[in-house]
Amino acid sequence: MRVALLLAPALSVIVVLFGGGMAVAVSRSVGWMPVIGLTDPSLAAYAVVFADPDFWASFALSLHIALTSTALAAVLAVASALLLRHSFAGRGIVAFLFQLNLTVPHLVGAIGILYLFSQSGAFARLAYQAGAIAVPGDFPALVFDPYAIGIIAQYVWKEAPFIGLIVLANLQSVGEDWEGVARSLGAGPWQRLRHVVLPMIGPGLVSACAIVFAFAFGAYEIPALLGASHPPAMPVAAYRAFTDVDLAQRPRAMAMSVVIAVVAGVAIWAYLRAARRA
Amino acid sequence: MTDGLWSRRMRLLGGLVLVTWLMLPLIPLGVWSVARGWFFPDLLPTAWTLEPWRYALSDVGGVPGSLGVTVGIAAGATLLALIVGVPAGRALGMHDFRGKRLVEIAILAPVIVPGIAVAMGLHAVFLRAGLTGSVWGVMLVHLVPVLPYVVLVMAGVFANHDPRLEDQARSLGAGPVAVWWHVTLPAILPGMAVAALFAFLVSWSQYILTLLIGGGRVVTLPLLLFNFATSGRNDIAGAIAVIYVLPGVVVLAVTARYLTGRGVALRGVAR
Repeated sequence: MRVALLLAPALSVIVVLFGGGMAVAVSRSVGWMPVIGLTDPSLAAYAVVFADPDFWASFALSLHIALTSTALAAVLAVASALLLRHSFAGRGIVAFLFQLNLTVPHLVGAIGILYLFSQSGAFARLAYQAGAIAVPGDFPALVFDPYAIGIIAQYVWKEAPFIGLIVLANLQSVGEDWEGVARSLGAGPWQRLRHVVLPMIGPGLVSACAIVFAFAFGAYEIPALLGASHPPAMPVAAYRAFTDVDLAQRPRAMAMSVVIAVVAGVAIWAYLRAARRA
Repeated sequence: MTDGLWSRRMRLLGGLVLVTWLMLPLIPLGVWSVARGWFFPDLLPTAWTLEPWRYALSDVGGVPGSLGVTVGIAAGATLLALIVGVPAGRALGMHDFRGKRLVEIAILAPVIVPGIAVAMGLHAVFLRAGLTGSVWGVMLVHLVPVLPYVVLVMAGVFANHDPRLEDQARSLGAGPVAVWWHVTLPAILPGMAVAALFAFLVSWSQYILTLLIGGGRVVTLPLLLFNFATSGRNDIAGAIAVIYVLPGVVVLAVTARYLTGRGVALRGVAR
């Protein structure tokens, strides 16, 4: 009873704002709007969305962005965590920058990447000074590009420290005794990583990766700034449909945001599954 | 014991590469904010100026007003989240009850589900309630990521809180208010301060929630920053970006020791 009273205010806010928002998105995506007399739900918006090759292009692009960013960030995070668990000159600075990075908003990282990677950016200028290119157009397109290189670079830059700090904490709480045992049994460094370290940090790594994956799939401002205009990433496509002057696009926008939520649902499932093993 | 994969020299090299990579995207922002005419292919600006800063700090560009709106929304959302979130944190941190797992999932979901999915649906509700395009509406929608964050951090804080202190105070005749004010609050205050600071940063970083619910009429700092960055004013965008990262640096300086992978404090900041 007491517990229910303690939980009630927070749960009501979450149910109304989050649950309500999701419920309205779903009901509008199936065209169920009793207030204006639409009481006949249909999957028409989904049929239109799923028949549209542009939707699948956006879906594939966002999946590529989320998978590639998460995988690269995870590898970098594990390598950095293995580095940071030992003392070396400058460890304090690296650890501080790792933490600092977490507080920098994604948008700032994205603008920084833009000024580094664009065809008149810092890297292009370095290439010119090195004699590799003559005009900005010679520099490869690393932002607004079909492979989403700039977007992925931003996510990896921002999320590797996030995953890294979680992995580092796991490494420190497990200690190095098991690795010592494996070493005395003749296991090489890669064998120790594969059979001792990775299984122990696995749950923490997977749950952090689930958060990063869902974010990279559904965040708007990074692909809006760094992405090619066609095809747009899923959240950008959904936003464009939502703000289209043609109000008939609204149900399609809702359907796309429901798809984003479903993908996030898979990430939640992976997170919970990993958390149970932890 | 040395790690087989990182020899001593490799460790130093690895550290150096890591530092460079972590700093790299932030450097051009700082340089642009004091650059006059920095054109391709110059590696450094031909002249230095404080003009972007003068512009950013004057009322013309709208930065001071936007700064006030952003701070107000973040402070308001944080306060609301603390009021409803601290009791819930206590329930999750100190009690076992039926359906606890379900409650945890309900609190985890808004952390993971991207804001765009929630905000599009909420837009219709807020429109009806007259909350779109208003600071209050934006503050409310910021609760979606901020509140779960506060609950999770406070659950961690209360998990280390000893209820026997409260029992002792009660047995000495203290009423509920006195127990809360003289025993509970002082014990959880450091953890609550960390929760508040990071809750502030979570709201501070929001983009799409503000854009959708604010409808372009509530211009927080990230919206302004995006506009300057996409209109090619790199110098002013650089100055705003520097202003925009400052609170994070301050919060980090105050709380660095709490921001490890062990605490939940960092979970929400990834967004």
